[in-house]
Amino acid sequence: MIELKHLYKSFEDKDVLMDINAVFENGKTNLIIGQSGSGKTVLMKNIVGLFEPTKGEILYDGRDFVKMSKRERVMLRREMGMIFQSAALFDSMTVLENVMFPLDMFSDQNEADRIRRAKFCLDRVNLQGAEAKMPGEISGGMQKRVAIARAIALNPQYLFCDEPNSGLDPKTSLVIDELIHSITHEYQMTTIMNTHDMNSVMGIGENIIYIHEGTVGWTGTKDEIMTSTNEKLNSFIFASDLFRKIKEANQEP
Amino acid sequence: MFIAKFILKRIAAFGKYLELMGRTFSVPERMRMFGKQYLREMEQLGVDSIGIVLLISFFIGAVICIQIKLNIQSPWMPAFTTGYTTREIMVLEFSSSIMCLILAGKVGSNIASEIGTMRVTQQIDALEIMGVNSASFLILPKIMGLMTMIPFLVIFSIAAGFIGAYATALAGIITPDDLTVGLLHAFNPWFVWMSIIKSVCFAFIIASVSSSYGYNVRGGSFDVGKASTNAVVSSSMLILFADIFLTQLLS
Repeated sequence: MIELKHLYKSFEDKDVLMDINAVFENGKTNLIIGQSGSGKTVLMKNIVGLFEPTKGEILYDGRDFVKMSKRERVMLRREMGMIFQSAALFDSMTVLENVMFPLDMFSDQNEADRIRRAKFCLDRVNLQGAEAKMPGEISGGMQKRVAIARAIALNPQYLFCDEPNSGLDPKTSLVIDELIHSITHEYQMTTIMNTHDMNSVMGIGENIIYIHEGTVGWTGTKDEIMTSTNEKLNSFIFASDLFRKIKEANQEP
Repeated sequence: MFIAKFILKRIAAFGKYLELMGRTFSVPERMRMFGKQYLREMEQLGVDSIGIVLLISFFIGAVICIQIKLNIQSPWMPAFTTGYTTREIMVLEFSSSIMCLILAGKVGSNIASEIGTMRVTQQIDALEIMGVNSASFLILPKIMGLMTMIPFLVIFSIAAGFIGAYATALAGIITPDDLTVGLLHAFNPWFVWMSIIKSVCFAFIIASVSSSYGYNVRGGSFDVGKASTNAVVSSSMLILFADIFLTQLLS
């Protein structure tokens, strides 16, 4: 479980995050949603330590990340996996080498075991036969699957996904969503996903936090979204005709 | 006001560079991975530069020999003057300083654009999230690799320059005997060591400054291009300043 308590982040004079309080539960896909520029990427970067919060607490199962020493942070980071918007695969390495990388760096297994583990992770994301390919030779959807395989190679307790569906077609997006959702349940991880894809929200949003202008505007589940009376949330979620019609259909007796 | 701002900006950049070097020079997390990266960088930065070093040195050696023979050599001077001057220019300046200026263009831009691209495509963020010291993992093998390979490049450059000079003898510009006497005349082996010491310092400048520009890129491909150009310009300037200082110190 990850808890945020009174988290603030400012850049010079500009307050980007203000008094964020949130709980991201274990074994659930926790979504951070919000409009572009609302501060959700900054929030994610604060949680994983790419930015330092101005004040507040970030608790990883009770361990305050903000107060940790450099060494403690390095140790905690080995319990994290992250999937970036751009997949962020190492382009000088093959697919197999990418997945093996965290194992090469931090595992004491011998090479045969590391290869076996990497191949298992690639199988888990339904990616066989691409081991020897370079990241530039595979599709965007496959790159995201390699990124997921790399992220789970060390059995992380915390999985972070920064807009994993960005640039993917709806069908591939569903596959990626389902993969993240099933892996979260299988390994009982705390997964936090940053998205503004409404299909993801409605599909796998077990715990949703809506960020509006740097503050928490709403929290709830995908089912509660349909009945929410929060105007700001509704104007964001039901901005498209399709979702408006779905909501109207749901409200009809 | 403008000058004060410029100086403050330079001081800030230098501070950032020192901070990065502090992170770079730490014990590698996995020696196995460091060894792999180190070998890769030696190949990419050193072995892949041998061709251009040999080519340029060969022609410069030949041209120096022709220029000295045609423009400076006179009946009043000893016959070995051309060979002697060619050797001194190649050993003392060309094969260390000028060769490193050329390498600052080839290797420096390569390093800055590689690391810069890794920064803008979030590959460095991915390393950080995994708990890897990205500065040490990416930059240390480059610095060590180039510093290891540069003495070989200097030796190859000197040798190629001499071969170039002998090629002019084949064309009948100078006799091979006069050239040999000149190349061997009053030879001081310290000059070769001086050249190697200077080039190792220049290798550090090229690899560390270019890495720093690449590592601190913010933005997109346009900024990577800009960082790559700035890396070459800054490395070249620093090599020229360091050359004066090192020549004075080592002579």
